[in-house]
Amino acid sequence: MTATDDRRLISALSVLSVPAPPDLAERIVAHWAYVEGPTVDVYVAFSSAGISSVVPAQSVSGDDEFTAAFRHRFGRPLFGADGPPDGVGEALRTGSALDLRFDLSGRTPFEQDVLGTALEIPPGEVRPYSWIAHRINRPRAVRAVGTALGHNPVPVLIPCHRVIRSDGDMGQYGYGREMKRQLLDGEGVDVDLVFSMVRQGASYWGDDAGRVVCMPTCHRLLSVDGAHRRGFRSLADAAAQGYRPCPRCRPVGR
Amino acid sequence: MRNRNAPYGVVKGMYAVATPTAHSRGPLSASTVPPPAVPASEIDAVFMALFEAHRDRVYSTALRLTGRRHDAEDLAAEAFLRAYRSLSGFDHERLETLQPRAWLTAIVVNQWRNQRRTASRRPATVSSDAVVDADPVDALPGVERRVEIHEEGDRLATMLVGLPERQRIAVVLRYIGDLPIGEVAEVMGCPTGTVKSLISRGLARLRPGGPGAGIREATDGGGLR
Repeated sequence: MTATDDRRLISALSVLSVPAPPDLAERIVAHWAYVEGPTVDVYVAFSSAGISSVVPAQSVSGDDEFTAAFRHRFGRPLFGADGPPDGVGEALRTGSALDLRFDLSGRTPFEQDVLGTALEIPPGEVRPYSWIAHRINRPRAVRAVGTALGHNPVPVLIPCHRVIRSDGDMGQYGYGREMKRQLLDGEGVDVDLVFSMVRQGASYWGDDAGRVVCMPTCHRLLSVDGAHRRGFRSLADAAAQGYRPCPRCRPVGR
Repeated sequence: MRNRNAPYGVVKGMYAVATPTAHSRGPLSASTVPPPAVPASEIDAVFMALFEAHRDRVYSTALRLTGRRHDAEDLAAEAFLRAYRSLSGFDHERLETLQPRAWLTAIVVNQWRNQRRTASRRPATVSSDAVVDADPVDALPGVERRVEIHEEGDRLATMLVGLPERQRIAVVLRYIGDLPIGEVAEVMGCPTGTVKSLISRGLARLRPGGPGAGIREATDGGGLR
């Protein structure tokens, strides 16, 4: 137990100082890029964990407002990037972001389930809030689904604009109903036609040649001749007439 | 005093700021005037400079406190994010007087202790999956000497994780974080004499054949003596 022993020990301890892993910065810092889309341009913020924030460009006054809001909301340093993560431009063009990685770590498990389900709605189609509630096995949580979608941190890419009310109304949108309509128009959804049919009682749409019943706007119906399309008030009605549920849009509800 | 002919108000203002703090930035930074907000881009630049200068220290401190690389990466990242969120509320004066080494280390230590307290309220999970890795730097002379140091490093890394909490903090901050005794005392909120005593007891346990030999996981509060 001498001073020499301690010096040896201390020099051995100093060897335990090691370099930080090279990806440590990526876990802390976020980057942003401006991406042009077919209907709206967006600001996208991302890190190695995925895309954490999407803000339609028309909803802010410019780069400064977006970056300030991001820092305030996420508490991370934010730097400009040369471009968005791979696939973002294509996702905006095609309307499908299934291959992108999202960082929803600030969201509750329920919100993550809701957003993950909304992500599966194909471009050009719409689903009611209750469809998502059924899909995540929380059929009574329709209102909570609406709230979770209202807090979607990555709109447009996770297409919460494709979720509407089942009574033939567009429903709310975080950036205003006008943008919701604009986004749906851009994907070829004839909002007025869909709503007028739903209001006339066609809550589900069937193909009487294939004896299949779908959610309104299911693209399976695009190939069905108009004369063979028919509406149902409920899935029970369709089932009673021998229609089976479409495996593509997996209709659920009353 | 250079400006004897200045209007009375200015002189008064200068005295007002000169008395309590030496760090004031001119007549207008009297306490009644809210400090000007630091632009976010400037905060980000300050933060990145801190990150570059201290990331190895913060990570090594986290690694030797937790004993596991995965936990250390989480702890270091969380500590830097907390630091960033605090920095965002700082004014210029606070930024300029910041002692980043002790400040960042205190964030790591507090965060680690909070996590341990939270974890200890849950059913105990003994660290059987602990992978304590010495990870010594490569640039050392001689292969044999390197192997020797590596083995000694492995042994010490394992022993460190077995030290009682306050001894572990004191030894890690002093010899892995390379903080002077005074800063260790500041971070731990205790007198320097206490730090010296904790370090000396910690080192005694770390010596080959010392009282800490063979102990893998000591309970907190110095239960193992």
